[in-house]
Amino acid sequence: MKRSTFFAFVAPSVVLMLVFMAAPLVSVFIQSFYLTQNVFEEVTVETCTPGFPNPVCTEEIQSRRVLDDNGDPVTETSFVGWETYRILLQPEAVGEALSSGGGGLAAILDIDFYKALRFTVTFTLITLPLVIVVGLLIALAVNNAVRSLRGPVIFVSLLPFIITPVIGALAIRWMFVGDGILTAAMEGIFNEDIAVFAHGWAYEVLMMFYRVWHVAPFAFVIFYAGLQTVNQDTLESAIVDGASRFERLRYVIIPHLMPLVIFIALIHLMDAYRAFDEVIGFRSEAHRITLQWLTFNFLTPDDSGNRAISRASAASMLTMLGIVILLIPLLRRTWRDHRGS
Amino acid sequence: MMFRTLLLATAGSLVSTAAFAACEYENEIPISSLSAGFEAWYAVTDAMAECGNFEAELDQEFRTKQPTGFAADPSLYHIGGVANGTLVPLLNDGTIRPLNDLVEQYGEQLTPNQLISIDGDIMAIAMMVNTQHLMYRQDIFDELGLEVPTTYDEMLETAAAIQEAGVVDYPVGGTYRTGWNLAEEFVNMYLGFGGSLFNDDKTPSINNENGVAALEMMQALTEYMDPEYLGSDSTYVQQQFQQGDIAMAVLWASRAGAMDDPAESQVVEMVTMAAAPSAVEGGAPASTVWWDGIVIAENISDEEAAAAFQVAMEGMDAEMVQAHNDAAIWLIDGYEPNRLSEGAIANLMGGTPAYPASTEMGLMHTALGDNLSDFLIGAESAEQALADAEEAYLTAARESGLVQ
Repeated sequence: MKRSTFFAFVAPSVVLMLVFMAAPLVSVFIQSFYLTQNVFEEVTVETCTPGFPNPVCTEEIQSRRVLDDNGDPVTETSFVGWETYRILLQPEAVGEALSSGGGGLAAILDIDFYKALRFTVTFTLITLPLVIVVGLLIALAVNNAVRSLRGPVIFVSLLPFIITPVIGALAIRWMFVGDGILTAAMEGIFNEDIAVFAHGWAYEVLMMFYRVWHVAPFAFVIFYAGLQTVNQDTLESAIVDGASRFERLRYVIIPHLMPLVIFIALIHLMDAYRAFDEVIGFRSEAHRITLQWLTFNFLTPDDSGNRAISRASAASMLTMLGIVILLIPLLRRTWRDHRGS
Repeated sequence: MMFRTLLLATAGSLVSTAAFAACEYENEIPISSLSAGFEAWYAVTDAMAECGNFEAELDQEFRTKQPTGFAADPSLYHIGGVANGTLVPLLNDGTIRPLNDLVEQYGEQLTPNQLISIDGDIMAIAMMVNTQHLMYRQDIFDELGLEVPTTYDEMLETAAAIQEAGVVDYPVGGTYRTGWNLAEEFVNMYLGFGGSLFNDDKTPSINNENGVAALEMMQALTEYMDPEYLGSDSTYVQQQFQQGDIAMAVLWASRAGAMDDPAESQVVEMVTMAAAPSAVEGGAPASTVWWDGIVIAENISDEEAAAAFQVAMEGMDAEMVQAHNDAAIWLIDGYEPNRLSEGAIANLMGGTPAYPASTEMGLMHTALGDNLSDFLIGAESAEQALADAEEAYLTAARESGLVQ
């Protein structure tokens, strides 16, 4: 392809990526070092509210935001350097927890950021192998199914992937919450009162189960496509050499699929580290939170209408950093293979 | 929510094409509103829709959508449904307009009690008061010969007796959902123990014996609740009542009407209302008084504001109240108190304080909601949870510029 043709084709996506990804990223990066504050003034006001039988009027000192001539609130923005990151990461508290007589790991996990980090990392690393194994198993099963059954089986296995994530999470929550259908069934079997969502670990297990259920079809589709390209000659010679079914899988099929495993692992790490829908769908805020939910929580206006933009920016920068760290081993491997070939 | 909006819009257009039976005039300017989604708001917005060209959005997440919606120019909504807490961000941002002229021109039906004024400017029109009070199953109390608890200690004893009798799944219900609901429960209890939330310099003062006592009482109550209480909001508790799963709860007055709704409830006329229990012997009911009402956006034209105000007045008239008497404790003329309002009135007579809405209270409420559940799930001590909440409040207050 001529260089000019190549650029003509690539230019639109490059422009879009610059506008919608690079620019916001830079903007968020900068915002994480600045803090915008309101300007408050103390005023004595007479407030009247309903009372019985007559309204109650009280005089009190209130903090009110200063408004400019246009009626917009006055704000002041200042450079705060790493201060926002310090508030998020609380290095002093971590140091104190680790010193002798400190609270240890429990005290660290009490800090929102580390609590979210702990769960996000566990969630990502446990679901990763499960997604790959379950995806591969479905692909092998479908590949070995009778040809006439393949269509329906593929359709059914793809269903979880089609369902909107939040809806899928809600559906699972409803099956277990209160006297949900599955909880009621378990209560019937064990003949005792069960409250699934009173336990943090139950959230954790169900959230992981949900994620594997939701993403495995994606791995399945990729692996299934890969299975169609396995060299039949190699397979046949393996059979001639007396390789068992398992040995064929281990020494022929899996090495062939390895680049796809890396690909799925890359995509899954990126997606799972950004876990968010599960927290909303399962209402797990009290027990388990993720880094993306933390960012979301900072961005949600509090009851005075403030958003913690700086902390949200810093949290999303740290999330991105986390993803990059997780991806490094895989990217290095891909790079090595690339150079090797 | 979209679905409800659609339904309402359809209902509105149906009514408007049929006849303007209930509305005295035909509204020409398109008007929209955003409010909470409980029964009283359904009643009021349905009545507003009768004037035509009106679209209501009823969303329990209104408090996070309202500040940005009203800050847009032109504002995304003309009418906002607010409570004393949610009025603060709108006042702070200057996105709602004083209503003195409109009240003078179109508001002859309003009583002085409905006018929420700040330094002489009428900033909101209240339509109802709301407060959390005790609701209990009369039939169960009669059968077991129980007295109505007047303190939380008595409530625990009563709960134990009901537990013993095993007549319901869980003796007690509570709006303990992590976040806003849980913080509200704490504020009620803490004020009930006589604590004050702030020092004079707006620094927090909740990590004290009142705070610990409030949290410990809350934990004691959770022993008698559905163990999934950290996900239980007002609607959930209302449904627990309606399905006969619980025997008593301190729940919002605005939910009382639903207990007698034969379409939803299996306990029609079995639930009786009383004042919220006190935290300490002889104290005021451990609850707070809220009002709900409407505001009009600043960033709209004066014509739109006048049209919106008129529509709102139609929605908040005596006719609506007569049709939906049980939906709320209305402040509007024409309201007839009945058995469902006994609890709210008892709360008010008992000297329940108003919710101390302010900028710092908004920050505190959020900080409490994010941090108290750690104590209830047993992850940390009461002191630690309160210290965490104070820390979160201070971080937010420094960030917003409220505390240096």
